[in-house]
This record gives sequence, structure tokens and C-alpha cells, in this order.
Amino acid sequence: MSPAIRIAGVTKRFRSLQALAGVDLEIAQGEFFGLLGPNGAGKTTLISSLAGLARPDSGTLEVMGHDVVRDYRAARMALGVVPQELVFDPFFTVREMLVLQSGYFGLKKNDAWIDEILHHLDLTSKANANMRMLSGGMKRRALVAQALVHRPPVIVLDEPTAGVDVELRQGLWHFIRKLNRDGHTIVLTTHYLEEAETLCGRIAMLKAGRIVALDTTANLLQRFASHALKVKLAAPVVLPAELAAKATRQEGAELEFGFDRFDEVAELLAGIKSAGGTIVDMALGTPDMEQVFVGIMNQN
Amino acid sequence: MQGFNTLLYKECLRFWKVGFQTVLSPVLTAVLYLLIFGHVLEDHVQPYPGVNYTAFLVPGLVMMTVLQNAFANSSSSLIQSKITGNIVFVLLPPISYREFYAAYVIAAVLRGAMCGLGVLLVSLPFVSFNLAEPAWIVAFTLLGGAFLASLGVIAGIWADKFDQLAAFQNFLIMPLTMLSGVFYSIHSLPAFWQGVSHFNPFFFMIDGFRYGFFGVSDVSPWTSIGVVTVCFVVLAVITLQMLARGYKLRA
Repeated sequence: MSPAIRIAGVTKRFRSLQALAGVDLEIAQGEFFGLLGPNGAGKTTLISSLAGLARPDSGTLEVMGHDVVRDYRAARMALGVVPQELVFDPFFTVREMLVLQSGYFGLKKNDAWIDEILHHLDLTSKANANMRMLSGGMKRRALVAQALVHRPPVIVLDEPTAGVDVELRQGLWHFIRKLNRDGHTIVLTTHYLEEAETLCGRIAMLKAGRIVALDTTANLLQRFASHALKVKLAAPVVLPAELAAKATRQEGAELEFGFDRFDEVAELLAGIKSAGGTIVDMALGTPDMEQVFVGIMNQN
Repeated sequence: MQGFNTLLYKECLRFWKVGFQTVLSPVLTAVLYLLIFGHVLEDHVQPYPGVNYTAFLVPGLVMMTVLQNAFANSSSSLIQSKITGNIVFVLLPPISYREFYAAYVIAAVLRGAMCGLGVLLVSLPFVSFNLAEPAWIVAFTLLGGAFLASLGVIAGIWADKFDQLAAFQNFLIMPLTMLSGVFYSIHSLPAFWQGVSHFNPFFFMIDGFRYGFFGVSDVSPWTSIGVVTVCFVVLAVITLQMLARGYKLRA
């Protein structure tokens, strides 16, 4: 079985900017994959190359085994892209736009599937409204609908929840998860790291056009993040050197320690007590993708 | 093929939805030219023997309307799509660059032809014609429209801002159409300017189109059709090359 996406040795330069500096990546069919990175890391350029919107200087890209240049028709049929920008055609209604988009992909009678998409994205009542009349969140969902009209096996969402309120975001993820359960491969870029952590089985992190981390979400969390113990003392104390070395943050009476095993917590609390500290508040923090992201970006 | 059909349909629907602006306005503009110039010059100018000035003017205005609107359709559609960003909707699907080109050009020719037909119909109460050679009328409408539609695709892709497109329209298209013999026969010009007119492809489009109405023209319609065909083929090749390379469309 060919991978959903295969990227090999892809480079792309925009004048003096090396947007992609040799990217190799394989995403298996059925994965929920996260592509993370700071602004300008090359995420959108990589997606654009995959979608045929940008032409790499070297390297090859395949979607479901189809080369995006040589076999572009099959590659594009297999790919649905939700662009980052909130773009729309002001001449058409939501339904007209979806019918047109179906036609571009060679589909004549697609009304049943269009109705289903509209229903799942809560857009049925807006089907005959002009795109200009929709709120930002609705326009975003209409863009998702457009990417799905031809039932692509691979769906790329480039920051789909930017500017979308919590309720709509949850509805959107519910639908995208359903698509993933139904067998669609999902590739997600987002700046909401908790979304990537919750949804993605595997994550790649890009920096300056290179993949600097690629692993399962669980492995990344295990390797690059630790649990945190946050304590607030009645008054600042001077910690012994051994304990101070374990502190990841100390601001006055507030301390933070990183640990990997829970039995370390008792040792930390005992150390604080023997240093004369009186704990007035305490919280445990779980490892999160933000720690992983910051850690990896700082390393590279 | 379905992708091409849909893109063509969408391009037609786009201008049809704003028909007041894209079809009726150009017809009104041309009719105003007809009324004013016809009224002022009717008794003073007889371009061809047996053809009065208003009758002479109508085919020129019809063709000018065809050309200007064919250009306006493809150029404005593309630049609007580029600036608003919705061009991605036609770049992401499996539509080839040849289908892309054909859809934009055919839709633009259709709009040009509709506007031209509108001018012709509205002018019928003022003039009467015997269409001498209708096949030439159709041939020059299609070829001239396609030439300007291709130029519109080039301008729409090249321009990054609306004022660049406006410059293209006001400093190239408008002067070339106005100086192409829409309002006069080039035989009324001094020899030097007659010679200069022969470097303006718009002159051959207007002159050949007018031949279809009267069977009389400043140059042979075969010469005109040859010039217009060569110009169209050259522009079509340039436009297709731009699209194949993804110039300003695919980074």
C-alpha cells in the first residue's frame, strides 16, 4: 500500500529565503498527522508544493502514489486542501460554490454528498446565502466543505481553526475525527499545540525549512516534556544547591520543578520543607506539546 | 473535460450575475457614441460610396465593444481572483493549463459577442443593413475576441494591482481601439498615419469586421484575417507558455 503522502528531498527557495531545505517525509494512509512549526518554518510552502500551488526547486512529492507534477490529475483528485487564508468568491452562494467545486473535480451529480457535508458542518441553513454574508467561522467551515466535495482520501488543513470560536472548533474537530475514522488521512498544521497533541497520532516539527523532529505524539511528549510541580510558599527561601538545580523556575515565593516519575514529588516536597519553606499552594502540571515545541525549537 | 466545462460555466455565470455592469453598461456607452457622433457627423462624412456615416459607425462600435469587453472579462476575473485569493479554487483541481486558458478565453469571447450583439440590436432603429458577408462578421468576432481575451489573461496574470490593470487598459487597449478606424476610414488620414495604422492589429479587426457588413473595406479582408490570425496565435502561444510555467499563479 503506497503512503498517503511521500515527500523526498524537497527544496524550495524564494530569492534569498530557503523556504524548504531538503524535506523527507512519509505519512501513512489513515494517519492523523500534525505539521508544526513557527511562522516562516515552511509549513505552507510544503503544503503548497503538495497541492501544486508552488513548484519545488528539487525533490519529489506524491499523494497516494501519484506524483504531483507528472501525474497531477490523479494527485489532485486524491487531495483536499483547506487553505490558511479565509478566501471566498463573492459572486456565489455556498451551494453554488460547492457545485462548481464538484464540477472542477469532474463530478456532475454531487448533491447528496454536498447536502451531507453541509449538514455535518452545520451550514445547511446557509446553503443559499452568498459567501459574503457568512461570519468568519462559517466561511472557514465553507472552505472545509469545499475541500471535501470530491471525497479526497487525503485532507490537508492549514490552520483551520484560526479565528474560530470554541464551539465551532469542537464541531469541526468532531467532523474531522469522523472523517479520519472513516479512513481519510488528515494532515493538520496549527499554532494551537494542544489541538495537535489531542488529535494527532504523529507529529513533524519544521524549522527553517527542515524537519527537526518527527515521532509519535506520545514519544515526543515522553522524550521532550516532563511533569511539573508548581508550589507557592508563604515566603521566599534559599534552596540548597541540589534542589535549586532541579527548579525550572523560581520567582520569589513561587517555584516550579520538572520531574519524570511521581515518586520524585515526595523528595522535592521534603527538600522544600527542610529548606524552611512553608507550602501554601501546590499544583501538578502534565507534560504538554508546548513544552515539547519550545524545547525542540530552542535545541535547533 | 468536466473541469473545463464547469470553469467555462462559472466564468459565464460570473459576468451574467452582474449583467448590468458587464453587458448593459457597455451597450449603453456604445449607443451614446452612436447617437452623438452620428448626429454630429452624419451630414459631413461619407466614408464609403453609398454608405452613410451612422451605418459606417455601427460595425466599428460593435467590434470595439466586442474587443473591449472580451479583454475586460478575462482580465478582471483573473485579477479579482488573484487579489481576493479565491484563484486557489481553480488552481487546486485537476484542470490543465490548456483547459484553464480555453475556459477564460471562450467565456470572454461570449461576453464580448453578447455586448456586441446588444449594440447591434439597439442600433437597428437608427440604421438598416444588408449583411454582405456574414461569415466574415463571425470570423472577426471570434478571432478578434479571442485575441483580446488572451491579452486579458496576460494582463490579469501579470498585474498585481487594479491600477496596473487600469494602466494596461487605458494606455494600450483604449488608444489602440480608438485609433483603429472605429470612427473613421483610414483613407481620410494623411499617408503617414495611414501607414502607422497598418501596425495596429485592432485596425485589421475593425476593418475586416466592417467588410462583413458592407462588402467594402480599407484593406482586403484576407489580409485582415491573416494579420488577426497571426496576432492571435502569437498571443495564444505566449499566454499558454505563461500558464504552463505557472507565471505569477504557481509560486
